[in-house]
Formats: sequence, C-alpha cells, structure tokens
Amino acid sequence: MKAADRILIERRIVFLVLALAVALPLIFPLGLKTIGTPLTKKAYDLVDSTPAGSVVIVSFDYDPSTVTELQPMAQAIIEHAWSKGHKVIATAMWPQGSQMADMAFEDVQNKLGSKVYGEDFVNLGYKVGGMVIIQGMGRNFRTVFPKDTSGLDYDEIPLLATIKSLRDIRYVVSLSAGDPGLKDWILTAHDKFGVAVAGGTTAVSAPGFLPYVNDQQQLYGLMGGLKAAAEYELLMGYEGSASLNMNPQSVAHVLILVLIAIGNVRAWRKRKTARNREEASNA
Amino acid sequence: MKSNLPLILAFVSGLLIIVAAFIPHKPFGMLEETLTNWFMIISSFAILLGQFSLIQVNANRVAQRSPNWQYYLAGLISFAVMVSMGLLWGMEKTPGLLGQGESVAANLGSKPFDYIFENIYMPLSATMFSLLAFYIASAAYRAFIIRTFESNLLMITAVIVMLGRTSFATALTSWIPQSLSFLRLPQLTDFIMQYPNTAAQRAILISAALGVVGASLRIILGIERSYLGGGK
Amino acid sequence: MPELMRILGIWLGAYFTLSIFSFLYKDNPFYKLAEQIFVGLSAGYWLIYTIYNILVPNLFNLLITDFANNWILLVPMFLGIMMLLRVIPSAQWLSRYPIALMVGTTAAIYMLLAFKSDFMSQIAATMINPFKFSSGVDVAGSILLIVGVLCGVYFFYFSKKQEGVFAIPSKIGIWFLMVSFGASFGYTVMARISLLIGRLDFLLRDWLHIIK
Repeated sequence: MKAADRILIERRIVFLVLALAVALPLIFPLGLKTIGTPLTKKAYDLVDSTPAGSVVIVSFDYDPSTVTELQPMAQAIIEHAWSKGHKVIATAMWPQGSQMADMAFEDVQNKLGSKVYGEDFVNLGYKVGGMVIIQGMGRNFRTVFPKDTSGLDYDEIPLLATIKSLRDIRYVVSLSAGDPGLKDWILTAHDKFGVAVAGGTTAVSAPGFLPYVNDQQQLYGLMGGLKAAAEYELLMGYEGSASLNMNPQSVAHVLILVLIAIGNVRAWRKRKTARNREEASNA
Repeated sequence: MKSNLPLILAFVSGLLIIVAAFIPHKPFGMLEETLTNWFMIISSFAILLGQFSLIQVNANRVAQRSPNWQYYLAGLISFAVMVSMGLLWGMEKTPGLLGQGESVAANLGSKPFDYIFENIYMPLSATMFSLLAFYIASAAYRAFIIRTFESNLLMITAVIVMLGRTSFATALTSWIPQSLSFLRLPQLTDFIMQYPNTAAQRAILISAALGVVGASLRIILGIERSYLGGGK
Repeated sequence: MPELMRILGIWLGAYFTLSIFSFLYKDNPFYKLAEQIFVGLSAGYWLIYTIYNILVPNLFNLLITDFANNWILLVPMFLGIMMLLRVIPSAQWLSRYPIALMVGTTAAIYMLLAFKSDFMSQIAATMINPFKFSSGVDVAGSILLIVGVLCGVYFFYFSKKQEGVFAIPSKIGIWFLMVSFGASFGYTVMARISLLIGRLDFLLRDWLHIIK
C-alpha cells in the first residue's frame, strides 16, 4: 500500500473514531457531573449581587458557528438576570447576534413564562464599529440606538427611559466569539466608562482574556467554553444542554490525548528504527 | 490632493479623538460624538462595498464560464433569495417593504428570511466550523510530536488542561490527600490558567500594546500609508 | 402547513450538514454547492442587517423624518457613497477619503485604550505583593506571575541580540509562553469538539430522533 493511501485511510479512521467518541456518549449519557471554577463563580456573583430593577446589557457578539458554547451561556445569564429582576438590553456587534438574542429570549420565556417586551427586555440590534460604537454609547445611547429592531422609537421603550449613556448600565455581559467582542467592551465600557464587564467566550479565546481578571477588575469573571456554560447551569441549579454535552466533550478529550500518545509512540519507534539502521550501516 | 488630503483627514480625525479624550467638553466632545456616529454609517457602506465586490467577482466567473461556474451561480442565486426575502418581509420583529408578512409567516412558521436563517444558514455555519474538530484530531495524531524540552512543557500543560476541563477530572485525582489538594487535576488546571498562562498572556498583551501604539502613531502622523492602497 | 415546513426545515438542515461533512471523505459537488450557498446566504444576511439595523434607523429614517436637524448626516452618506466608488477603477481614489477618516479614528481610539488597558492596567495588575496571600499555593503562583510577566516581556525585546547571561530571562520567558500555548491548545481542542457536539446533537436528536 502506498504511503499516501495509508495516510488517507488513517485519517478517515481517526475521523470515524472521533465521530463515534462524540456520538455514543450523546446517545448513552455517562451521567458525569461538572464542578464549578472560581472564574465562572465571579461572573455569577456579579449578576447575583446587582440589585433588582437594574438595567443591564447582554451583548451577543457571536454567530451560529459557536452556538453550542455560547447560546447556553446566554440562556443561563438571561434566566439569572430575570430571576434577579434585572431589565435586559440585548445588543450585537455581529449581525447574527441579533437573531441569537431573539432565540435566547424566546427559549428562556418558554421556560420561565412570558416577559413584557420593552419593560423586561429589549433587542436594540446590530451596530457595526466595535470599540468606536461602544465609545459612542458611552456618550449618548440614543444616538447609537434611535430605534429597536421592531422599529420602536427610543422614547417609546420604557426600559430605556433612565438610560442616557453607558454609565447608566449596571453591568455588561459580552458573549463573544472573536473580534469585535469582549475585548472592546473591556477596553471601552470598563476602562473608559467604569461599567462592570463580565464575559463569556469560546474556549479558543478564553486563555487570552485571563490577564483582564485582576485586582483592577477589568473583567468580573470569565466563562470560557462549554465547560463554563455547564458550570453556570450548575450554579443556576439545572442541567441544560451544556451540562449534557460535557459527556461527549470529556470522552473526546481523552480520545485526543490517546491519539497524541499513539502518534508520539509511532514517532519514537520510527526514530529508533532510523537510528538502528544508521548504526548498522556505520558498523 | 489625492494622496495628501487623505493623510490630513487621518491626522485630523486621529488628533480630534486624542484631544477629546483629555478635553471631553465642547467642542471636542461633541465633535468626537459626531465622528463616532459617522464612523458607523461609513462602516456600513464599507460592508455594502464588500457585498458588491462579491457579486461582481462571482458574476464575472459565471459570465466567463470559469471552472465550477455553476456553483458561483448558486451562490449568486442564494444571495438574491436571502436579500429579497429580507427586503420584502423583513426579519424577526423588523418589518419589510411588504410589512410583517403575517400570512407568509403563518404558512412557513416564521418569516422566510428567518426560516432560511434557522434551517439553512445556521446548519451550514455551524457545520463548516465543526469540521475543525476532525482536523484537530488528525493533527493530534500526526503532528503533535514531542522533541524538545519546550515541546514537552507544551504537551504536559495541554494534557493537564485537557483532562482538568473534563467531567472525569475530579474522579481521576480524588485519591490525592487534602494537604496536597492543589495537585488534583481541577485545582492544578486552575493554577496553570491563573498564574503561568496569565503571565505569558499578559506579557503578550503588554508587548502588543506597545506595537499598537507605535503603529497607530505612524498612521496618524502619515508615516504609514499602506491603507491608502497603491496607485496615484 | 407550518408543521410540514418545520419538518422540511429539519431535513434541509440535515442535508446541508451532511453535505459539509462529506468533505471529510473527499471534495465533491454536494460540498461545493453547500459552500457557495453558505457564501451567498452569509453575504445576503450581512446586507439585510446592515440596511435594517444601521442604515435605515441611523441614517435614512433621520434624514427623511427630520431633515432640518439631521442634514449633517448627508456628509457621512456622501463619504459612504465615495467608499462604494471603489468598485469603479477610475474612481477608486475617491474611496481614500472615507477610508482615511475611519483609519485615523480607529487608530486613535485603539492607541489610547490599548495603552491604558493593555499596558498601564496590566503592569499595575502585575505589581502585586505576593506575600499578602495566606495560601502557599497563591504565594508561589503570584511569584510565578511576576517572574513570568517580566521574562515574557524581556523575550519580546528584539532590538539587541540576547547572548550569554542575558539570554537566561528570555529562555524562562519562552518556557512560560510554552505553558501558555499548551493551555491554549487544550482550550482550542475543547472549542473545536464543542462545535462537533452541537452538530451531532442536531442530527441525532432533531433529525433521527435517536436521542429523546
């Protein structure tokens, strides 16, 4: 068998094994439990300690490609905020985020019961510009959002009656899959305007945001990836999609480690064979 | 005029933003607010430009019958369908030119734009990126070979973090006594993320910030002109 | 009818999901078609949202309903149109003006905020007293944090060749970077696998009803 064909077959076997490693725990759940981490708890505490009646922003800075990690976070945060009596403004730095917001509001209302649009929540939609636009929000909220997504004027939305600028917002939670996203909120909303910011990101971005979790409280907690979404669900006292998806996640991690081990053993044996051959030819 | 005026514009807008940061009162604060609003509108036209370029490129490929031109035609058709559905009936709560499209939505279960988004765009977007899972598995098998001390360090950390962020983590190291609890996988992972990882990422942030300051100053002062493109 | 459309929608989703996954075997017409449809839908989506969420409420609606107070918005509108002229080769030079305005604004904002948040605040966050913690683990970790930041920043100093004893902090910096890259790799694996879990969950639950 040619080397190229062998490599191709090996690749396909790896793909198949990975698909099974993810599919089987989905079909036959292992019942594994998640434990919390301090970073997620910090974000939870920010929402938990904010008084009722506060107006908060949840920024949907992601698209459907990362919905598995970030949508459960969105639902958990909205449920938590509503249970504490917060009024939620949804914004989006990515165009798809606006629809992700509507889906999240709908799912949480299906669970908790209907909320009043315009009083308990509002979707102000997508705006382009990242840091520049957040800076604009910090000066004048109405200028950036003259209407909501349904066409209601700013003045017609009771929730926005007390909001002149970003400084009137109690906290911002940015659910972010990249740029623009959480970094823009930290640099502008917190560092320039002093608004508390917590973040939920995909696992890829999470390690890069940890320096912002510091004594300056540039970031009030960080939820990184599916595990953090599962941890927030645990803190909220329910087992949602993120918690269930941790079963296949855990199995797949072990599989990746096994594949790395097999690859390294093969490489070591190849190096040893090559060394022996070289010694034999030199002898 | 063609190359000097843009440089002057970049300088003036940059200077205005910097001055407004230190003197937020009139007129600088008001000018900065105006500039940021204009930024959003101009950025929107930049997005429109991107769409027009895409249509232009794909239409040329179809017109010239380039290889795989049928697929580019499908791309153009799907673009036209999405735009027309959105313009006619809008999306979610936003009305279109023909209103909210209640009768269409009653038959489809949602507006046509939303229907296409949920049933075609979302699966495509999510699946496109989920292919990466397979590639990372293949790369793990073929490419992540330990050779040096540094790669050893990388791999050991990766193993600890990958195991520590699973639901097995607690069970794997629950036998470690309480006095050495920091060696248990979840706690060890938290330690690695909170201290050495943060240290390195912070060093990268600090160094990159200096780079951003340097690059931004070069742009504002007109030393860096590559954003203007070539030609006269 | 809505129920039929809902079921059709799930089958459409499954078809396109499997079309993309077919690329794992090899490139094929199903994948190519799905890819181009994705490109077209994505572009259409961006266009519609840009029009309805930004251009209509922030520009056209204000100009139409209250021109007297908002006539100044004609300026960014004309600048935007100049941006669009980039598609015409002979008029491309006009697009330099709005680009310059945007680049100048962005550069200034990024410079100020990056210097404050990524430089000053990060240095301040590193200036901690490691011995204020009661736990030995936190003390050791804080010392590691300070050493790691200093050595990491030292590593990125490329203006002078680092030799002999001057290369030692750089080496330590590389070790911290390797630990960070290992952590990033672990988290990247988590992210990628999560994406796959979502898709297989859809196929097994919503399409095939194997998961209840």
